[in-house]
Amino acid sequence: MSDSAYAPEGRAEEEPLLSVDNLQTAFFTDKETIRAVDGVSFDIRAGESVGIVGESGSGKSVTARSIMGLIDSPGRVVGGSIQYKGQELVGNSEKEWQRMRGGEIAMVFQDPLSSLNPVYTVGNQIKESLRLHQGMRGREATEKAIQLLEDVGIPDAPRRIKEYPHQFSGGMRQRAVIAVALACDPDLLICDEPTTALDVTIQAQILDLLHELKDEHDLGIMFITHDMGVIAEVSDRVNVMYAGEVVESAPVEELFNNPKHPYTQGLLESIPSRNERGSALTTIEGEVPTPNEPATYCRFAPRCPKAFDDCEQVHPVPVEVDDETDDHEAACLLYPDDVGQTEAVELHQSREDATEQEVTE
Amino acid sequence: MTSLYQERREDEAMGAQSGERLVEVDGLKTYYGEEGGLLGGKPVKAVDGVTFDVHRGETLGLVGESGCGKSTLGRTLMQLETATAGSVEYDGTDITTLSGKKLKEWRQNVQMVFQDPDSSLNTRMTVGELVMEPLNVHSWKTPQKRRERVRELLDVVGLSEEHYYRYPFQFSGGQKQRIGIARALALEPDFLVLDEPVSALDVSVQAKILNLLDDLQDEFGLTYLLIAHDLSVVEHICDRVAVMYLGNIMEIGPVDAIFDEPANPYTNSLLSAIPEPKPNAEKSRITLRGTPPSPRDPPSGCVFSTRCPYKIRPDAYENLDDDVWEGIEVFREVLRERGDVTKSVRDRLRGLLGMETTGMDVEEVVADTFDQLDVPSDVQQYIDEAVEHVERDDLVSAQEVLHEEFGSVCENEEPEQLAVGDTGRVSRCHRHREEYMGTQTYQDVHDFS
Repeated sequence: MSDSAYAPEGRAEEEPLLSVDNLQTAFFTDKETIRAVDGVSFDIRAGESVGIVGESGSGKSVTARSIMGLIDSPGRVVGGSIQYKGQELVGNSEKEWQRMRGGEIAMVFQDPLSSLNPVYTVGNQIKESLRLHQGMRGREATEKAIQLLEDVGIPDAPRRIKEYPHQFSGGMRQRAVIAVALACDPDLLICDEPTTALDVTIQAQILDLLHELKDEHDLGIMFITHDMGVIAEVSDRVNVMYAGEVVESAPVEELFNNPKHPYTQGLLESIPSRNERGSALTTIEGEVPTPNEPATYCRFAPRCPKAFDDCEQVHPVPVEVDDETDDHEAACLLYPDDVGQTEAVELHQSREDATEQEVTE
Repeated sequence: MTSLYQERREDEAMGAQSGERLVEVDGLKTYYGEEGGLLGGKPVKAVDGVTFDVHRGETLGLVGESGCGKSTLGRTLMQLETATAGSVEYDGTDITTLSGKKLKEWRQNVQMVFQDPDSSLNTRMTVGELVMEPLNVHSWKTPQKRRERVRELLDVVGLSEEHYYRYPFQFSGGQKQRIGIARALALEPDFLVLDEPVSALDVSVQAKILNLLDDLQDEFGLTYLLIAHDLSVVEHICDRVAVMYLGNIMEIGPVDAIFDEPANPYTNSLLSAIPEPKPNAEKSRITLRGTPPSPRDPPSGCVFSTRCPYKIRPDAYENLDDDVWEGIEVFREVLRERGDVTKSVRDRLRGLLGMETTGMDVEEVVADTFDQLDVPSDVQQYIDEAVEHVERDDLVSAQEVLHEEFGSVCENEEPEQLAVGDTGRVSRCHRHREEYMGTQTYQDVHDFS
């Protein structure tokens, strides 16, 4: 998986903000080794929003936590590299991580109530970020905090900064969390299911807000969700994850109009609004497996309607889906589309041999 | 599998077509904290006077934002909450008056499937025991027959015999929800309240559960009340939909009518907020301001009037710049929130003792709201007057000034339920009245998106 083949011309000119290459994160338990993230690669550029979509257990959150250096024992990043502005993050000491977190890469979590401290006012928490990351204090910090709250669309900000998180509604709490994240002036914002706990009307407000912030601050955004509707709305580029691997990656329009991987197709077809009203929904048989052994086969094969014999033998690697379409990769033996099947399988086989790696404790 | 329900319900399948009513709800109210007391304050009006019917054999969807009272309504229909006023007639009996033995007997007819299978299943019971529990509670036939029935039920919901002795933690989310459904079906109910049955599940699993619910309905002639906040799910499996906001049903009608041509402004806004799984879909999104007001202190007139993008304006301001109008609404919202009666006892005491200054920084708020807007002088004069009142800590007068000038029928009169079209749909909105511009026309004139 060479980088030059991966990036299209338009994107390649600019140095990526974040470049994840063949990232592997595993959890070591007494019983087994769970390869939660197993060879994931993607880039995020400034001002670009990259979505990661997948079902629960597909490894989306572990990918985000690996980038933030938040993987706790028994988990460990066991391979690959995470480069932020050209600097390697894997192997950082805790001190180095702390310099990175917040000021460079900030994260917004799913549940705003558990990310805010209930015993401090919202203003206090924003000011804490300002003090730690920008050295602001006193009146200057208070004014900046009010301005940040206004930026994220909270009305009556001067009064609101003196209130506690429990006095905020769900949507306002998430806005406050985003304000805290912005107070650190990050260049990359990782949003881990930021709207899952919110109503659609509030979700619409938060998505609008993220759009604005992306343009205003030229932020790179990594957006994790299981909701295909949300991903269509916020991201410029989508990576679909399944059992620890990225199975398909393409610009958002291309992916939705022209899904190639059978898993992506199944996922899209099972959305109620893509089915005719009242008819039975299309489903994907079976369940997401736990990736507890090296992938020497396609992990989706047991559920795949298009599986053939080789799927059990050869591990597919991401390849361009065909010659004409730029910048659309799928990890499936059916592709590239424009070569014969035997040839395609051989291609996957040879690339796989080149990148094979062992995970040991 | 026909043996699962003792008698085939062919007569009921007929009922669905003829629109026979199974549940009739009339003027139902459920208030919390009504006892009041010295420091109790106003009650929470979770359900505030709803009237609707559920037809036999149909799926009625109940949608709305969190806190709009949809779960409370579902629970009141099950008699899990006590109704404050109004009646719920089930097959001709008013169930709000039932108690004791009669209530227990009636409860066999209605069952509920809860949102979170993790917390609704006892982790220390096996699946067999869980599904058998309702049968034991109602002393259904002999233990031997109960065991047989549990096996049948497991089969019906797509689990197998071998799952009988397993514990809930050994199952995935979708399977747990199947156990919940099996439990609900145990006593052959006619009516199921499904409270967010799929919102905790991934979309591929969700699709399977929805298909299962659909199959069960066909097979056993069940009637569903589906409570959900995911509108795409409701659109897919419901026959009729009721849209709730702040304890009121704003619009109710057939699913096609509601989703294809929403009449009520709230339904419009709610539908336009759904993210479509189609990038760059040409859609004018209405983003609602703020959050719903507190159900302790619902707005006067139409409950949606504080956030409504289609609110009727006084004639004098019909042609006012949309942004300025929006600014006025935001300012009034801020004042409303400052005068919030839901404050804690401590805050209210501080207010009474004059320690709380509601007039704080109001200039800044006004400056921020009307920043870069060209406010006409006739509008500005009222805003200035209101600001003066606020600075003297007199929120009430400030609100009155603005209400007097910018208020309209939406804030003064509660809208009636009016029929829209000929599909049996009713909606609560003043814009359906002949003297006002309809929602669609209004949207064309004022292009907001």
